[in-house]
Amino acid sequence: MALEMSGSYELPVTREKAWEALNDAEILKRCIPGCEELEKASDTEMKAVVVSKIGPVKAKFRGTVTLSDFNAPESYRISGEGDGGIAGFAKGGALVELTSSETGTTLVYKAEAQIGGKLAQLGQRLVAGTAKKIADEFFKNFAEAVASGDA
Amino acid sequence: MNANTASNVTPIGAAVRRKEDHRFITGKGRYTDDLHRPGEAQAYFLRSPHAHARIRSLDTAEAAAMPGVVAILTGAELAEDKVGDLICGWMIHSVDGSPMRMGSHPALAKDTVRYVGDHVAVVIAETLNQAKDAAAAIAVDYEVLPAVSDLAQAQAEGAPQLHEVAPRNVVFAWELGDKDATDTAFANAAHVIPIDVVNNRLAPNPIEPRAAIGDYDSGDDAFTLWTTSQNPHLARLVLSAFVGIAPENKLRVIAPDVGGGFGSKIFIYAEETVCAWASKRVGRPVKWTCDRSEAFLCDAHGRDHITHAELALDPAGRILGFRVKTTANMGAYLSTFASSIPTYLYATLLSGQYDIPAIHCHVDAVYTNTAPVDAYRGAGRPEATFLVERIVEIAARTLKMDSAAFRRLNFVTSFPHQTPVIMNYDAGDYAASLDKALELADYAGFPARKTEAERRGKLRGIGLSNYIEACGIAPSAAVGSLGAGVGLWESAEVRVNPTGNVEVLTGSHSHGQGHETTFAQLVSSRLGIPMDQVSIVHGDTDKVQFGMGTYGSRSGAVGMSAIVKALDKVEAKAKKIAAHMLEAAEGDIEFKDGRFSVAGTDRWLGFAEVALNAYVAHKFPTSEIEPGLKEGAFYDPTNFTFPAGCHVCEVEIDPDTGVTQIVNFTAVDDFGVVINPMIVEGQVHGGIAQGVGQALMESVHYDADGQLVTGSFMDYTMPRAENLPSFRIGLTQTRCPSNPLGIKGCGEAGAIAAPPAVINAITMALGTEDVSMPATPAKVWQIIQAWRAVAQAAE
Repeated sequence: MALEMSGSYELPVTREKAWEALNDAEILKRCIPGCEELEKASDTEMKAVVVSKIGPVKAKFRGTVTLSDFNAPESYRISGEGDGGIAGFAKGGALVELTSSETGTTLVYKAEAQIGGKLAQLGQRLVAGTAKKIADEFFKNFAEAVASGDA
Repeated sequence: MNANTASNVTPIGAAVRRKEDHRFITGKGRYTDDLHRPGEAQAYFLRSPHAHARIRSLDTAEAAAMPGVVAILTGAELAEDKVGDLICGWMIHSVDGSPMRMGSHPALAKDTVRYVGDHVAVVIAETLNQAKDAAAAIAVDYEVLPAVSDLAQAQAEGAPQLHEVAPRNVVFAWELGDKDATDTAFANAAHVIPIDVVNNRLAPNPIEPRAAIGDYDSGDDAFTLWTTSQNPHLARLVLSAFVGIAPENKLRVIAPDVGGGFGSKIFIYAEETVCAWASKRVGRPVKWTCDRSEAFLCDAHGRDHITHAELALDPAGRILGFRVKTTANMGAYLSTFASSIPTYLYATLLSGQYDIPAIHCHVDAVYTNTAPVDAYRGAGRPEATFLVERIVEIAARTLKMDSAAFRRLNFVTSFPHQTPVIMNYDAGDYAASLDKALELADYAGFPARKTEAERRGKLRGIGLSNYIEACGIAPSAAVGSLGAGVGLWESAEVRVNPTGNVEVLTGSHSHGQGHETTFAQLVSSRLGIPMDQVSIVHGDTDKVQFGMGTYGSRSGAVGMSAIVKALDKVEAKAKKIAAHMLEAAEGDIEFKDGRFSVAGTDRWLGFAEVALNAYVAHKFPTSEIEPGLKEGAFYDPTNFTFPAGCHVCEVEIDPDTGVTQIVNFTAVDDFGVVINPMIVEGQVHGGIAQGVGQALMESVHYDADGQLVTGSFMDYTMPRAENLPSFRIGLTQTRCPSNPLGIKGCGEAGAIAAPPAVINAITMALGTEDVSMPATPAKVWQIIQAWRAVAQAAE
């Protein structure tokens, strides 16, 4: 089942600061909802364990997060794939773009995801709603993290 | 003399309440999941999340060490124990003479999974939750392969291939009928009517999900399998002879109360196979109950055809020929009877109620990365009826003829009638059911109702469906010659107890049909004893001699005919005993209303007295007559039966929302002799609801990657009471000449007849033939919008 999402967020920091944060595994770990582990395997690849609850299905996804298509400090692609065991699988990616704005930086993302197995069976409405919520939560966390100066 | 009088008898034709309902509505039903075996462990199946993948590796070590886990079994252990593949029991040969291409179908995947839900491993644990937790810890490394889920793409160049034995995913390319004669008919036609139809894929959704308990007794080296089956003997035969679980004398299969099947519980699936096998391997009873989500994934689906067809007509509108090309989806593996559905249960009904001189049908059956497809209420006949009744309707509209008049012009009117597609219609009166349906539906008043609806801004349409089906399957030699691996007779045993009450053991299986009532009515009326003195026993291979089970509306026509045969033998023997008791000549004994009497005298004995004497054996020479009163019979039908009728659907569509309301629905059916009109009416109601479900709501949908996106009741819509009006039900009757009771069968008629009636009504209301099933509000609304846009552009 294919899903598409997009959104934009205002970050009260400079584009360079935002870019740094986007490349910081520690920050990403704190911002990815349900992220239990995120370990750098290389500069561009991380191993992740993420727990997600979608409707009645709670699953622990084990997988990889990969950063690619770097165009510092404007954009990159963050993609991942996870195996949720009996819950199924999820994979997807997002193009993240940063542009300077009057108040700081505007982050725009366009994401697409594919899910399979029991998760897909839950139906488009439930899954799409939850996926959008998870994406929103990530970028909200991220905006807060960079604003609080943790970045 | 205390014989029961005829007033205690429940005759054939009486609308008595169902005996079994007390048990069901007071929660005393005994379904498989209600049963518990001492020491039972719970099974949970790890299923493939991918539509097509190779299993690179499967690591169960971590999962096996988790709390409560008894065993984790995979295809490797299945192979180790030499458990055979699941089979398809009906051989179809392609046009070129080659046998169908049956891909290997192991109960647990060997190295490849072919649909979402395919069986990867089974976890057996103390509790279901422990089994699920352990399943989550199994590490499977999948190499995801490209999948094909779209029926139309399955044979395309470069499409992903499911089974090596089936190039281009073709299971068979089969045909029926006379191609040359059909081509000639088209060459001589004044009009040719084309049609393209999709028969949408359906999920069966019986109220009771499938379940199984396997229990191996090491003392006797014997298995017992409780399972939700419509045909426990067939399950035993397949599990014994093909899968190799145990010899039949060491395998008892029990199908206790079963809550609906609609065909989906005919088949022998991976889960019950695994439960039976695993119970010996782990030394514990193993239980599995399907949850609703699993049922969507792995119960065999129904329908799923794409068809192009053409009808040839003479200048007056008489049908000259019918040409059909169908592609049928078999899913990822061939299910138990899958191959017979789009062939001999489909193309043989393409003549409908019409006298069509030439018919040719070609069917390509293909594999796709989807759940297996097999019989579902109607099984092939709904697909045939939808096609015939849509194209006939379009033909009438094209020729600007009245829909009823067009059909009447082409009806078969003399019997027996040999169609060009095998079937020999033995009896019927299609004009009678049409006339009665038009009257009940007030067909003549429709134009006024349409005008009135238009004033309210509503679009109104009326649609006919003159269906025929072949039931009472089937003459064994005939189906054998067409490829069936089994005979389709039925068995019965009538055991008269010493006190005169009766047990009937039947090879039919009731899973909602009401056999405990209708079969008892037959015995009551025949033996002149009250219905409550008759018990019907079914569903246990240790009690009932071999039987073929219930599907294809066969239990009345075939199952009850076997009981009649056994009752004939009981009566014959009882007469002999009565003759000795009454000291009269056997030929002078008459049996009527439960009394054995000497003709022309007032001397008689009640049935119970004769029954008692059969067992005490004091008054007849046992050298001539064996003690006891128990007779068995096997009945093999001589023909299919041909229920037929006319359904009329009237709809009103709200053009602003696209919602279709069924405002009237009339069903007039000829089921031959009716045993219990109340039960028959219930069957008709349920069938219509399922047919309306297919026409308006239900559709199984896989996305391009083969993910099931209609996997719950969130996305798969079932009909509800509010979607249906109060039905107008009528019966006409022509007796079926081929069985002793004159029964034709009623179980599938509604599901067969309703879809084209609904779509014919909608297409009339919308003024376009291009409406596919299900005609959801969104689809209808889009059609109306497109049509408004065209109208606006023209202004």
